[in-house]
Amino acid sequence: MEVVGSVKRVAGPVVHATGLKANMYDLVLVGKEGLMSEVIGIAGERHIIQVYEDTSGVKPGEPVKETGGPLVAQLGPGILTTIYDGIQRPLPLLAEKSGDFVSRGLFVDGIDHKKKWEFIPVVKKGDIVKPGQSLGLVQEQLLIKHKIMVPPRHKGGTVKEIYSGNFTVDETVCELEDGSKLTMLQKWPIRVPRPVNKKLPPSIPLRSGQRVIDGFFPLAKGGTAAIPGGFGTGKTVMQQTLSKFAEVDVVIFVGCGERGNEMADLLHEFPELIDPKTGRPLMERSIVYANTSNMPVAAREASVYTGITTAEYYRDMGYDTMLTADSTSRWAEAMRELASRLEEMPGEEGFPAYLSARLADFYERSGRVQTLGGEEGSVSIIGAVSPPGGDFTEPVTQNTLRITKVFWGLDTRLTQRRHFPSINWLESYSLYEQDLEPWFTENVDADWVKNKRRAMAILQENAELEEIVMLVGSDALPEEQQLTLEVARMIINYWLAQSAFHPVDSTATFKKQFDLLASLLKYRDYAFDALAKGVPIDTIKSTPSKDALAKIKLEEDYVPVLQNVLAQMDAEFKAMK
Amino acid sequence: MTKEYKTINEIAGPLIFVEKMEPVGFGELVEIRMSTGEMKRGQVLDTSDEIVVVQVFEGTGGLSRASTVRFTGDVIKMPLSPGIIGRVLSGSGRPRDGGPPIVPEIEREIIGAAINPAQRAKPRAFIQTGISTIDGTNTLVRGQKLPIFSGSGLPHNDVALQIARQAKVLGEAEAFAVVFCAMGITNEEAQHFMADFERTGALERAVIFLNLADDPAVERLLTPKLGLTTAEYLAFDLDMHVLVIYTDMTNYCESLRQMGAAREEVPGRRGYPGYMYTDLATNYERAGIIKGKKGSITQFPILTMPGDDITHPIPDLSGYITEGQLIVSRELHRKGIYPPIDIRPSLSRLMNSGIGKGHTREDHRAVSDQLYAYYAEGCDLRGLAAIVGKEALSERDKLILEFADRFERRFINQGREEDRSIIETLTIGWDLLSMLPETMLTRIDDKYIKVYHPKYASAAKAEEKT
Repeated sequence: MEVVGSVKRVAGPVVHATGLKANMYDLVLVGKEGLMSEVIGIAGERHIIQVYEDTSGVKPGEPVKETGGPLVAQLGPGILTTIYDGIQRPLPLLAEKSGDFVSRGLFVDGIDHKKKWEFIPVVKKGDIVKPGQSLGLVQEQLLIKHKIMVPPRHKGGTVKEIYSGNFTVDETVCELEDGSKLTMLQKWPIRVPRPVNKKLPPSIPLRSGQRVIDGFFPLAKGGTAAIPGGFGTGKTVMQQTLSKFAEVDVVIFVGCGERGNEMADLLHEFPELIDPKTGRPLMERSIVYANTSNMPVAAREASVYTGITTAEYYRDMGYDTMLTADSTSRWAEAMRELASRLEEMPGEEGFPAYLSARLADFYERSGRVQTLGGEEGSVSIIGAVSPPGGDFTEPVTQNTLRITKVFWGLDTRLTQRRHFPSINWLESYSLYEQDLEPWFTENVDADWVKNKRRAMAILQENAELEEIVMLVGSDALPEEQQLTLEVARMIINYWLAQSAFHPVDSTATFKKQFDLLASLLKYRDYAFDALAKGVPIDTIKSTPSKDALAKIKLEEDYVPVLQNVLAQMDAEFKAMK
Repeated sequence: MTKEYKTINEIAGPLIFVEKMEPVGFGELVEIRMSTGEMKRGQVLDTSDEIVVVQVFEGTGGLSRASTVRFTGDVIKMPLSPGIIGRVLSGSGRPRDGGPPIVPEIEREIIGAAINPAQRAKPRAFIQTGISTIDGTNTLVRGQKLPIFSGSGLPHNDVALQIARQAKVLGEAEAFAVVFCAMGITNEEAQHFMADFERTGALERAVIFLNLADDPAVERLLTPKLGLTTAEYLAFDLDMHVLVIYTDMTNYCESLRQMGAAREEVPGRRGYPGYMYTDLATNYERAGIIKGKKGSITQFPILTMPGDDITHPIPDLSGYITEGQLIVSRELHRKGIYPPIDIRPSLSRLMNSGIGKGHTREDHRAVSDQLYAYYAEGCDLRGLAAIVGKEALSERDKLILEFADRFERRFINQGREEDRSIIETLTIGWDLLSMLPETMLTRIDDKYIKVYHPKYASAAKAEEKT
């Protein structure tokens, strides 16, 4: 029997209602228009409800209907390439129903229930299937096979009947002996992590194609990274670059309280961008959740959970997935806004006291895992943080840094010099470095670790020297140190700086990253050698091959070019007396 | 529905608390009649069976417990018709030019629904403002929201006016309108704007909302919403390209804080309410272009940073929403440079989609990056030169220092009426870069150097002549 309650009070996105039996986090429908809402508190007779849509016009006395369960994400074929709002309503379908502006009280399924998909079974009659096990395949996109699995909370059993052919997501594709009928659709509550067999160690790097990241501060598959930075430091470009070039199977982009035009840009660009590895449009492996800053704040709060649930679902099929959330600060602010409407006792800077717990819960849903079905998959999370005033001591940044293992600190001074990616190489860190070193040594080059340490040492020394230079000028330094400054400048400008918009330079293979850095270090060795032999520093600094090194990164087929330059360098230094 | 109540229980600042009534909708428009017969308008902020909280836009002065309250059953709407162009209205949308009330063809809710992100078209039409620091290094595109962050006593208004005067999309002559919203600015500043609009004929294609410094502060919360509702009508119903200038957002935020304090809300940073980000976003995000529609909304919010502090919540939260910012610098202003836009902290996020081949010129990005890099380095070197003296610098450093000085005088500095084309701006950029040796132009592809560097460009021209 349907329980109907009644609205008692409306204050912005928060509504109080009486006469309900709903549980915490159950989905309810508020008012005559049936606005999607969630129970977030129960106080005596009253249910406290957050509404995912604008509440203008809602009056006390209007009905509140129960749906009998929590907010769920619909999981099945057809999710990829879709752009959703924060509560998994496809935005193009909303536009069909309500035009260019998002209106209220609309119900749209997360996936198309009418479309037929070709289901190819991989189990046969009589097989025993377990939760998480694959029953069959659907070619969702050209390169992505969607595995139809036994839902995690289902107990499994013996296959009585398995069908093959074209089905909608609601039609039965498999019957079990115990009479249960399985479809291609799973529904999963967004706030509950999907179960796995076990978590695996973070020992494989997630290639980003960005030299400063892969070289200095690598992320592991299944890892977590935070990108804090004031506005205009390049967070969004960084996230978009990672979504484009990171070596993963599925990318989930959560635009959480960010700019509409940026989302438009992304939606415009992704279908046109070709994945360098597969030659297919990037959109085919992407899912976008767009809840812009002027869309309802409660849906913004939900958007990261909807996003991570989808990421976990694809992980369960054995894929490497990456979720980028831009920005987790807006998510935290949505929590704060709702907490303040609930008149909760505020913690630090007005944020609710459960801020750190919520952040931890979210980031813990990452990981490289063995799935219930026995496959290996991963969810990596990259969260942008927008600290007010660029102040990293504020609660969201601090709580995030306590949980995430990689910190890519964006630096305003680098942005102002148009040095991108503006990741500060002295402040950033990656706690996966140790875990990943064996992989790099084995798969890229035995000198990977050594070269990286050498380069870092030069940059460290450079930072110290620069302080002295600020006081006495560079000419007052001994010649060795002047040369170190020069080499550091080369590493910074030729290697660390990487244009996100250049057709070639925007991404680099591990091998190219390594070769470029090795060539710079080679120059350093030659240069110090020559200096020791008494060659004047100005002669060393003005070797033509040095300038040629600057532009190798822009070459698609860089190997012959690099060899030429190295040969030239060798000849030039040999000629020095 | 139109019952009148005489049950005001409490009046606190801009809020009134009304008791015992029929159910009232959240956000409903409220009319309050004073004993003198004068009407004020307000909006429901909190509604329950027992008590309704109303925010009064025109201030609570003159209200008493004897005043009557009528709930209209409707949310606040803006009357709109093509005749609105050329009108001067108050901050709450009433005629201020002595003209008749607007006869509405259509009425729109002023709390605009969000544009569906999937329906947005990507802004990419380059707007030439004729100002080098904008066109060259912080390019504006149609549909963008680019605020001017300034300080008290700086010529931000002149910059905004110059943009309004000169802004055009090259090779297009399309219907164009300006919506100007003044929030809490002085009468003198308003006069300045009006005089310039009149002088250039802009007034005939403008809609002006004036909430001056002595008008009620709460009214200011309404002004940008009215202005943007009008802008959406002009852009998406009448196919016009609309430029919205609103000044001063700082006053708007002060009103927001005042309301928050009156409602005894838990304050966020520096006493501003925790929802200020969301509130600002509901204004700023109403810029853009919709797929299949001809018109567009481009926004120029102006805000003065209290104490020139860019980390203050108002510029800070704005910067997180807007697509970049133009920073007016006191230092450059003191040097007598106009427009004193400091390009280092300034940024246009949509620049890339509006420049390059087919928009401006293929070398634009590279030239801009190179200018930025050496100007920023030059500014850093000034600090060093002040300590050790210019003489102690290396030759390279001296050159960059000289570059930075020339950059300010030649590139940043320009006349208030000077309307530079983008080609002129890029030519100035190349002239400046040509004082550096070619090997220092590491951010520019060789192929562009060979075409646009004055050394080769003049050689190519000479060749053409022979």
